[in-house]
Amino acid sequence: MKVVLQNLTKIFPSRNKKSKEEVVAVNDFDFEIPDGKLVGLLGPSGCGKSTTLYMISGLQKPTSGRIFFGEDDVTDLPPEKRGIGLVFQNYALYPHMTVKQNILFPLQNLKGADKMTKEDMIKQAYEAAKLVQIDNLMDRKPNELSGGQQQRVAIARALVKMPRVLLLDEPLSNLDARLRLQTREEIRRIQRETKITTVFVTHDQEEAMSISDVIVVMKLGVVQQIGAPQDVYDSPENLFVAKFLGTPPINVFTGRVEAEKLYIGDAAVLDVPGVKDSEKVFVGVRPEGFIINENGPLECRIFGVDVMGRDVSVVSTHEASLNPTVRSIIDADNRPAPGAETVRFLLKPHKVFLFDGETEKRIYF
Amino acid sequence: MNAVKDVKVKNKSKSPGGSKNPIVRSFDKWKAWIYLLPAIILLLIFTVWPIINTLRMSMLVNYNPMKAVGGATFKFGFENFTKVVSYPKFKQVLGTTMLLCVTTVPISTMLALIISVCLNAIKPFKRFLQTIFFLPYVTNSIAIGMVFAAMFNIVGSFLGSSNEAIQSAGIINNMLGFFTGNKDFYINWINAGSSYTSNIIVMIIYIVWNALPFKILILLGGLQSVNKQYYEAAKVDGTSRVRTFWRITVPMLSPMIAYVVITGFIGGFKEYSSIVGIFGDSMGPAGDAGRLNTMVGFIYDAIDSNAGRASAAALILFGIILIVTLINLWVSKKRVHY
Repeated sequence: MKVVLQNLTKIFPSRNKKSKEEVVAVNDFDFEIPDGKLVGLLGPSGCGKSTTLYMISGLQKPTSGRIFFGEDDVTDLPPEKRGIGLVFQNYALYPHMTVKQNILFPLQNLKGADKMTKEDMIKQAYEAAKLVQIDNLMDRKPNELSGGQQQRVAIARALVKMPRVLLLDEPLSNLDARLRLQTREEIRRIQRETKITTVFVTHDQEEAMSISDVIVVMKLGVVQQIGAPQDVYDSPENLFVAKFLGTPPINVFTGRVEAEKLYIGDAAVLDVPGVKDSEKVFVGVRPEGFIINENGPLECRIFGVDVMGRDVSVVSTHEASLNPTVRSIIDADNRPAPGAETVRFLLKPHKVFLFDGETEKRIYF
Repeated sequence: MNAVKDVKVKNKSKSPGGSKNPIVRSFDKWKAWIYLLPAIILLLIFTVWPIINTLRMSMLVNYNPMKAVGGATFKFGFENFTKVVSYPKFKQVLGTTMLLCVTTVPISTMLALIISVCLNAIKPFKRFLQTIFFLPYVTNSIAIGMVFAAMFNIVGSFLGSSNEAIQSAGIINNMLGFFTGNKDFYINWINAGSSYTSNIIVMIIYIVWNALPFKILILLGGLQSVNKQYYEAAKVDGTSRVRTFWRITVPMLSPMIAYVVITGFIGGFKEYSSIVGIFGDSMGPAGDAGRLNTMVGFIYDAIDSNAGRASAAALILFGIILIVTLINLWVSKKRVHY
């Protein structure tokens, strides 16, 4: 089931009656989620990603715009008629019911022609439970389960009705780091097995990148970029996206372009053919975009070297850097000599992004 | 927090070596007790001793404090209990008390549940309405009783005679008359010649109304602490309103409901002032004093004439409340989800 969002906009009226200040949570969101894909809505808090999810679920009504599931316009349908499964951030498992009762609950709500026999319900509940591997915990209460197990129950409850679209709100934020890794693989596996179109919301770029087919980066209600994780990482359309994706984060310098050469400080670090002269540009350099070379144009003062095994991370400073430190990831064999005070870098052109000094939009070269 | 820490730190610093001053050292040892002493003394005098004394008096046959002061002695035994139980009046007051309990507690709990769910659902005037629903709680129950009595009271002679002259039939009867268009439907609620049933109906209405605000307060507080996501989850799952109420709201509120029911029963068995509020000390309509007497009223009546039997009755009431509360707790163990 593909999901189409058409000019989706959500405006929350101002709480304070005196100031008519409205909050535009989601602004003109236009997007088609392909059938059977896992889509990650990514952005810092307050960017409208959860609001978008809740509008898809039907728990919130869009101010304008339409939502389609396949060919059906579901904009005016209440949540229960949309055929969605929703997993809440804190799971919202009913604490007074056992796992089995929790999973059965959506099935027991079915009415009319959809009504199921008790045996069918139990069979289907066990199928959903098996899918998320909790079929041995069916008689426990939620408070007797670990966070990861509760998460699985929540997913099973969302899946048991065979929804057309599965929606996950920050599914991993309540789990510890190890469980998070494990669970995100799990979500990927479940999505692949069920082939249900899945939308999930996260503020963790690593999480979004690792499991999504498509990521949507949002900021203040406006979609910044949509694409496959690797594409978005390799070719950010603006400074915000570049800064938001990647660990360690991208290094940003202020620079200028003169005669198709990019200057950081006084050093011409890169040829940028076809770029107009500009007094101020932002230069983003991915940590892996540095090559140590004694003739390299970019000279930084070494602050420290973090050893990470295969690679080392050279932490240095440069006065044109907007980040407090410049972090580069270098092959351990090429690491700077011990005791060296400065280091010189060559830059890999495809790891360097130029952004306009005013609009912060990407300048391609 | 800080105070607690300070005390601990002080104790630590002094206890290993011990203070050189023995008075300070023994003060440390008894400090907690000394701080508690005022409260303990008051509790001993006004709570513990009366309980012990009640027990003692109930065991002394026909105990009367006046005679005791005069030097009389009383036989020890259980005669007070057997006498109290064999009174026909005792059975009557027990019946009335039980009747009021088993009717008002469920009715008021259900109503309070419905009202608090409604109050929780509306947005405009929420505070204002909550205040209104809470007003009876802060109003004196005797005053409310007098207003209720006026609402049900008939001034003037009532039907039956040819030269009837009703000056005021009370709001309730006027409303009945308005809707039926016939004065024959007037009901003698609380005046001379009224029936026991109509008396009890008035009492139930009054007690339920009086009990509502506290229950609403507790249940509304409970409702507001229920995570809204449960309702959103239920909505996504297509749960009907009725099913949401029974499968989610009621279980989520069950600790509060249990609390309200248990305290409701305890309060119900101690019902007294509400009846005084409407019928006055006579505990019944004119011409039939004592008809609506309750356990507490019975105890009060007996105190002057026979403190031993009053004590026995008080202990019986205590026993009944204890048993009912234990049953409540036993039921709630199965039904309440904490």
